[in-house]
Amino acid sequence: MPAISHHNGMDEASFTAFADQLDRYVRDRLIPAEPRMIEANAVPADILTEMRDMGLFGITIPEDYGGAGLNVSQYVETIRRLAYAAPAYRSTISIGVGMVTSALKTGGTAAQKQRWLPQLAAGMIASFGLTEPGSGSDSAALQTRAVRTAEGYVLNGTKRYITNAPNAGLALIMARTSAENLPRNAHISAFLVPLDTPGVTVGKPDRKMGQAGATIADIIMDDATIPADALLGEVEGKGFEHAMRSLDNGRLSVAAASVGYARRALDTALSYATERKAFGEPIASFQLIQAMLADSRAELYAAECMIADACRLADEGRRTTIEASAAKMFASEMCGRVVDRCVQIHGGAGYLSEYEAERFFRDARLYRIYEGTTQILQLLIARNMLKEFAAGV
Amino acid sequence: MKILVPVKRVVDANVKVRVKPDQSGVELANVKMSMNPFDEISVEEAVRLKEKGVATEVVVVSVGPAQAQETLRTALAMGADRGILVTTDGPTESLAVAKLLAKIVAEEAPGLVILGKQAIDDDANQTGQMLAALLGWGQGTFASKVEPTADTVSVTREIDGGLETVELKLPAVVTTDLRLNEPRYASLPNIMKAKAKPIANKTPADYGVDVTPRLTTLKVTEPPKRSAGIKVKTVDELIEKLKNSGVIA
Repeated sequence: MPAISHHNGMDEASFTAFADQLDRYVRDRLIPAEPRMIEANAVPADILTEMRDMGLFGITIPEDYGGAGLNVSQYVETIRRLAYAAPAYRSTISIGVGMVTSALKTGGTAAQKQRWLPQLAAGMIASFGLTEPGSGSDSAALQTRAVRTAEGYVLNGTKRYITNAPNAGLALIMARTSAENLPRNAHISAFLVPLDTPGVTVGKPDRKMGQAGATIADIIMDDATIPADALLGEVEGKGFEHAMRSLDNGRLSVAAASVGYARRALDTALSYATERKAFGEPIASFQLIQAMLADSRAELYAAECMIADACRLADEGRRTTIEASAAKMFASEMCGRVVDRCVQIHGGAGYLSEYEAERFFRDARLYRIYEGTTQILQLLIARNMLKEFAAGV
Repeated sequence: MKILVPVKRVVDANVKVRVKPDQSGVELANVKMSMNPFDEISVEEAVRLKEKGVATEVVVVSVGPAQAQETLRTALAMGADRGILVTTDGPTESLAVAKLLAKIVAEEAPGLVILGKQAIDDDANQTGQMLAALLGWGQGTFASKVEPTADTVSVTREIDGGLETVELKLPAVVTTDLRLNEPRYASLPNIMKAKAKPIANKTPADYGVDVTPRLTTLKVTEPPKRSAGIKVKTVDELIEKLKNSGVIA
């Protein structure tokens, strides 16, 4: 096992106090700010400042580096509560507190941790660059190159659909350090690239179906020179391993986001069903509406249990590829069904922008796609099952 | 100037309160508890006065069960400097709390005591007034603005039909109303820092105060359910309906 510090997180009383404050913050500030955010298609500056002050950017960063040192369960619980509000809020912090911090903690040198973790904890927005125009989850097709020179490395290539790219200060970029594909993806290395590096540009933000306020854009590297110590861990060929391990963690975050948003949609559907009348009574008294509510509640509970279990395993220091993938796959698909029922329960109103249901429907669609599509996760789960079977586990 | 802020642990404002089946009180088992919202406003005001350099220290005190420590921790995370927990498991009646606070004031010698105007559990709205009486201090209740000077404090009060501004000689007692400020959220970094702030554990006996209840609760009931009204077309019809229902003779 690599050396990972699995401390026990924050003491329970302090975490509970924080969770209470966060719930209140979500209810009193983040949800009321949603229309402003959607209008501007950006997290409002005052809210971003508050989120930094609340310490949300440092939840997973160890205390020694200015963070709160939450364990996986507490981190995922925080994300779930935050994700009751529109997805852009989570999106803004998620890459930094999720994949980038996780990669730095497990793979970074002492100097890299010292340089980046305090900045991330203080609110620097981060991006994670794996996907390219011609490759996503298939590492063999990865084109971005990092060529070793006397000064360090020269990066060339384009990263696509990169969350937070227009606002990020730091990106963890996967690039090949070997022209030919090597076993165990040893041709791929990870680089800590400040986005103000000469030769690095960010494309125009992509227009998208939902999740207003969350930005996605290309990161283009054209002879971008970075020092040798920007190589994560200062070891070549470990990039893909770090990326995949960080993704386990990122998947739990998307699973939690799915559960948080499904709760929001279900609460909204429940309250609408008790107010809206048809044939002289609230539609909640009709059994076909009740069936939709009950199915949603049961599935939400199942997803919550899966996430809690995967988090417990992660906190024990176990590799959770199957569990995190399964939780993400189930939770995001569940969220898709719940937001669909939310629209259905709203009837005609569910199709109108005046109500929130249609926004939930559009926003939630992404959960089934990023951090591994449902189909990639099916492959990953099955592949690991076959591997275990062959090894007699 | 030192500021003393009493805080109470109450049922969270967002919880739908239910009456116990035996009508002895409201259900508290497995119910989310939080700091009384008016007390949050008091803590916020005290912390702002400290940030402005008017106050030098903010001391928070709670009288209640051991779990009231969590309430004190929240106040410390908002920016108070230290806490005093007076543990008592029985009911906390206003007069007993006021007597305890008077003793604590004698020990701590604050320039200002800022309390919530009432706690949202029993809505008694009298602890601040009783404390001022016991101490013989001036009181500015239902404050929507608090401006201390070197030896006085100007308090704008929300009264029926408008605002009244009173000037009190320090030391004084102030009770806070909703519009005084918007309390901050305790941030994660400050929650962590609050762990290191001291809380002194006390009992009513330490202050020689008898907290035995002087009131007996006979019965707690839900407010009566309102039945649907009717619309009338004429004054005559209204009078007839009122006579029929026995409201007027």
